[in-house]
Amino acid sequence: MLAGHQTWIFNNSPVILTTGTVGGPFEAKGNIPEAFDTLHDDMWLKQASFEKAQQKMMEEACQIAIKKSSIEIEQVQFFISGDLINQITPTSFAASTMGLPFFGLFSACATSMESLALSAAIINGNGANYILSGSSSHNAATEKQFRYPTEYGGQKPPTSQWTVTGAGCALVAKEGNGPKITSATIGKVVDMGMTDPFNMGGAMAAAAADTIETHLKERNVDPSYYDLIITGDLGHVGREVSLDYMHKRNISLEEKNYVDCGLTIYREGQPVLAGASGSACSAVVTYGHFLKQMAKGELKRILVVATGSLHSTLSIQQSDPIPCIAHAVSIESGSDNV
Amino acid sequence: MADEKKKNLPPEAQEYQEFQSKREVKRPLLKNCLKAFLVGGFICFIGQIITTFYIYNFNFTEQTAGNPTVATLIFITMLLTGFGFYDRIGQFAGAGSAVPVTGFGNAVIASAIEYRTEGFILGVGSNMLKLAGPVIVYGVFAAFVIAIIKTILVQWGGF
Repeated sequence: MLAGHQTWIFNNSPVILTTGTVGGPFEAKGNIPEAFDTLHDDMWLKQASFEKAQQKMMEEACQIAIKKSSIEIEQVQFFISGDLINQITPTSFAASTMGLPFFGLFSACATSMESLALSAAIINGNGANYILSGSSSHNAATEKQFRYPTEYGGQKPPTSQWTVTGAGCALVAKEGNGPKITSATIGKVVDMGMTDPFNMGGAMAAAAADTIETHLKERNVDPSYYDLIITGDLGHVGREVSLDYMHKRNISLEEKNYVDCGLTIYREGQPVLAGASGSACSAVVTYGHFLKQMAKGELKRILVVATGSLHSTLSIQQSDPIPCIAHAVSIESGSDNV
Repeated sequence: MADEKKKNLPPEAQEYQEFQSKREVKRPLLKNCLKAFLVGGFICFIGQIITTFYIYNFNFTEQTAGNPTVATLIFITMLLTGFGFYDRIGQFAGAGSAVPVTGFGNAVIASAIEYRTEGFILGVGSNMLKLAGPVIVYGVFAAFVIAIIKTILVQWGGF
């Protein structure tokens, strides 16, 4: 199962049975509203706080994924998920509501793929039959914790990014119909001494490049093996930096096969500056948009590389650099192997 | 100090930072300054109109009209912040809407709104001055230092 030093090959091919995606009002006006199963027109979801709204979105995403499948929630062994809020409380409360055994994760915006990789590894090793794997974020809750109050009139630089309000969830199963999870590469923390929390794309690009390079080497495939290599939330700056950086290191990745979830979710003209970010970003775009394309047969093999900056407000105030991570999971269409 | 810190980084990181900064979108400084000048100037222009209004219609002088003018500007800011417009003005204008008293008002009001969910004491009470607090602390401290300098000059310099 282990290939090289940090890559898992899943020989028993766990499948993504169903997915559930939930978004907010800003996502409804975006580029891919059809990627969401549910779109809310209220940032609060009629809850008392933004954090509770985020919890609600996570619960809804899981319920949708279960509803679409033929199984009951009692048959699910584990719920593996995380978010950006202090001590991941929205996810913990969602886990409490669902009453499932729970692994809480934090890899910032890379949580979605960390969760999917772990789910696939557990299922591949016969540790479970069904796992709900997801992540969520809420724009206002994240802004409040990491930056300024939402209504504060501070000017953001062109490198800053817009946190997605949403939640994405995948029901991973041992067998069934659906795209197969074939391998995963767990990233190392890459610290290039970058210190600007308003330029996370530029900081995370190094981690993305490192994980992609390792994945290709350890799985012994060419970048052209994948129809698309999809990064989580690098934005304009990070995408360009990582692409050029890989070219410099002789990885022949073509520009048209290298897309970013953070540049897919919103349309031109929305005030998102360098693009989207947030732990929901890679989850909703992968589960809602790219897996739908795969179901239609437009894509056969994708590598999703979710990227996260693991800083906190405390570490930034104490002038520490931003540690970054990227986890890659390859998903291949089921019909390909039949 | 920043340079010194940079020198301590491994060569790989230094190289990456240089590589990255070449591709980083820079703040459009000149454009930002111009926008800040125009919007900041416009806010002051409105302030002047309000001052003139108070002087001509009520019993205020040029010296005493300042307080009601500031109060009125902050009241307008409160409405703009509450209805969600001020952050958009701020993104456009930058320092132009942050430096005038409206920016100070916005910093207090935005925090008060944001922390309402944590209650009136520990939420609004303790976080209201989260952004504006440093302005008050260093404003008072700077005034104290200037006052000491002035006192010394007046006492010893005989100005």
